[in-house]
Amino acid sequence: MRKSVTSVLAGVSLALACGTSVHAQEKQLTIFWAEWDPSNYLQELGNEYEKETGVKVVVETTPWADFQTKAFAEFNAHGDAYDLVVGDSQWLGAASEGGHYVDLTDFVKENHVLDKMAEATVKYYAEYPGGSGKYWAIPTEGDAVGWAYRKDWFEDPKEKEAFKAKYGYDLDVPKTFKELTDIAEFFNRPDQNRYGIAIYTQNQYDGLAMGVENALFSYGADLGDYSTYKVDGVVNSDKAVAALENYRKLFGFTPPGWTNAFFVENNQAITEGLAAMSMNYFAFLPSLLNESTNPHAKDTGFFANPAGPGGDQFAALGGQGISVVSYSNNKEEAMKFLKWFIQDDTQKKWADLGGYTCNKSVLESEAFQNATPYNKAFYDTMFKVKDFWAVPEYAELLQQFNQRVYPYVVNGQGSAKEVLDAVASDWDGTFKKYGRVK
Amino acid sequence: MSTLDPKSRAAARGMSDLAIRNLFIVPTILFLIVFNIFPLLYSLGYSFTDFRASTNAPANFVGLQNYRELLNDPYIWNNFAVTAKYVIVSVVGQVVVGFGTAMLLNRDILFKGLITTLLLLPMMLSMAVVGLFWKLLYDPSWGVINWALGLGKFEWLGDPRMALYAVAITDIWMWAPFVMLLSLAGLSAVPKHLYEAAAIDRAGPLYTFFRITLPLVAPILMIAIIFRTMEAFKTFDLAYVLSTQPSTEVISIRLYKMAFQEWQTGRSCALAYIVLIMVLAITNIYVKYLNKVKER
Repeated sequence: MRKSVTSVLAGVSLALACGTSVHAQEKQLTIFWAEWDPSNYLQELGNEYEKETGVKVVVETTPWADFQTKAFAEFNAHGDAYDLVVGDSQWLGAASEGGHYVDLTDFVKENHVLDKMAEATVKYYAEYPGGSGKYWAIPTEGDAVGWAYRKDWFEDPKEKEAFKAKYGYDLDVPKTFKELTDIAEFFNRPDQNRYGIAIYTQNQYDGLAMGVENALFSYGADLGDYSTYKVDGVVNSDKAVAALENYRKLFGFTPPGWTNAFFVENNQAITEGLAAMSMNYFAFLPSLLNESTNPHAKDTGFFANPAGPGGDQFAALGGQGISVVSYSNNKEEAMKFLKWFIQDDTQKKWADLGGYTCNKSVLESEAFQNATPYNKAFYDTMFKVKDFWAVPEYAELLQQFNQRVYPYVVNGQGSAKEVLDAVASDWDGTFKKYGRVK
Repeated sequence: MSTLDPKSRAAARGMSDLAIRNLFIVPTILFLIVFNIFPLLYSLGYSFTDFRASTNAPANFVGLQNYRELLNDPYIWNNFAVTAKYVIVSVVGQVVVGFGTAMLLNRDILFKGLITTLLLLPMMLSMAVVGLFWKLLYDPSWGVINWALGLGKFEWLGDPRMALYAVAITDIWMWAPFVMLLSLAGLSAVPKHLYEAAAIDRAGPLYTFFRITLPLVAPILMIAIIFRTMEAFKTFDLAYVLSTQPSTEVISIRLYKMAFQEWQTGRSCALAYIVLIMVLAITNIYVKYLNKVKER
């Protein structure tokens, strides 16, 4: 009898212990993001949060190619698998109008997020519609397109001499698109298996669009008026046409078969010693300094997207903001995490771990700007970025852009003017279809 | 010997034959209804609406608008043209290579079993893995194919006129073994005495091939062609992984983008139905031809 009582008590104790453990496990936040280094850094930051609060943070990831599809499949099913999502800036319209993101306007105002984060990052990662003062995310991973280049090629005295003889000015990091194009042409030597430049050309999602934007924005052109949805005369302006013509010209100096290139291929262009310069998001540049992945790591330098003929200098925005998912059962805990995340100390830790903070004070600090060879270029860029449309139908706009622009850039079909006129017409039709313009 | 009537015997076993039959059939039917029939009908309904799964807006009935717009969209017709070209090149290539290999293997050769097994390996690989491998093989800078053929920097995937053929070549490499396997089964079933009779009559190899081999293997070859045509029509993975050229955007890729990148749910359902009807029509033509071949 005594044995039975002991067994029952032991069983009850075990059940209670398990119960307690289960209860403790309930305090967990799941963050969904794409599979790349910054998500590992966020997991490390989440571990810090767990140490401080006891709330476990799990960062779930999926490959980039699958990220948008998987996130929206979960949103559409009103699933509660994720409490927070670090989503692309283009998703803001679809996710906010679809009711998938929690409105963070009050949170942003109460916690002075606008004062803490770089203006452009709040504008593009958090606000929708543009200029409305309604916020749906907290800037998390700042990112934009920058450039990597082969310092040893640029600094070779013979190359410098030959360049000056041909172009009449010194070979140096390009400050304008004209210089960028000259240098790409100069180093393009197929017989030596050396090429001038690596640019984005992939048209499956936003690769090509992000690439073209770098030229377009720096040439002083825009994709449209984001408040009135006027596109005709904007996306097909003379400046936009000139920018696209230059992008097509740059394509002529890319390695053979550069017709499906995005961030992986563009880093390969440097690691394989193929190209003198390579366009890529800053988030992918750290691996170029790793000697185990880049044999030319010591000879790799970085610069910000150059200015256009009129002196304008902008870059295509990458990066993401973190949003609370409307269907989460832990919204309150998620808000507490965000409150912790935006603190200056946390942002400093985030930057130390390798995350690209959007926090003004951290970005402006000398410690940050000197921490890596690309941080200065990143800082210079983050205050002059522009982004693609963030409307719910952005994917249709991307598809139309790819359908029109890709055959011109890669295969030389049509002219830049014809292509951009067609884009303007397609986009205008799409905005009419969704009732944004009459 | 039992003296019980059938019903009593079934009762003695604990379950009637009818109950046992239902036990096997009902779960399958339920599975088919829940996972095939119901989604099929549900998506048919959506194809007449402007529903977008990414929004909370209700689905509005738009009649045949989605079908009308899709059938008037030149890009969609271009996708169908690309698909048709791909199906023809790929299936013809698989049949020629697969059947030719089967003919070579249908004789007494050393290590026949090992060679057959090795030739079957490609179709056991994942499509995505095959795509990534071939992307490297085709690379103009360091690809093995250009090096082996001495083609210099030839752009297999970068040239819009060549990209579709490059994808089809990969598909032929992967699936010709499937045609070979079925052809081997057909060839081994051809009675030997027919060849002996042809030899006595001094029939030449071409005559023997066209009058004996091909007619007798034709039904099983037709089955292989039906399977491969349906698969080639629905192809997605290889083309998606290998190339982003518009000249390789087959209809499945367009459908995927429309459904899961643009979230045009209603419209993509309509496109899926158009594709389904086309696949059914092509298969029907093949099946009719198969029956004719069998009747000969």
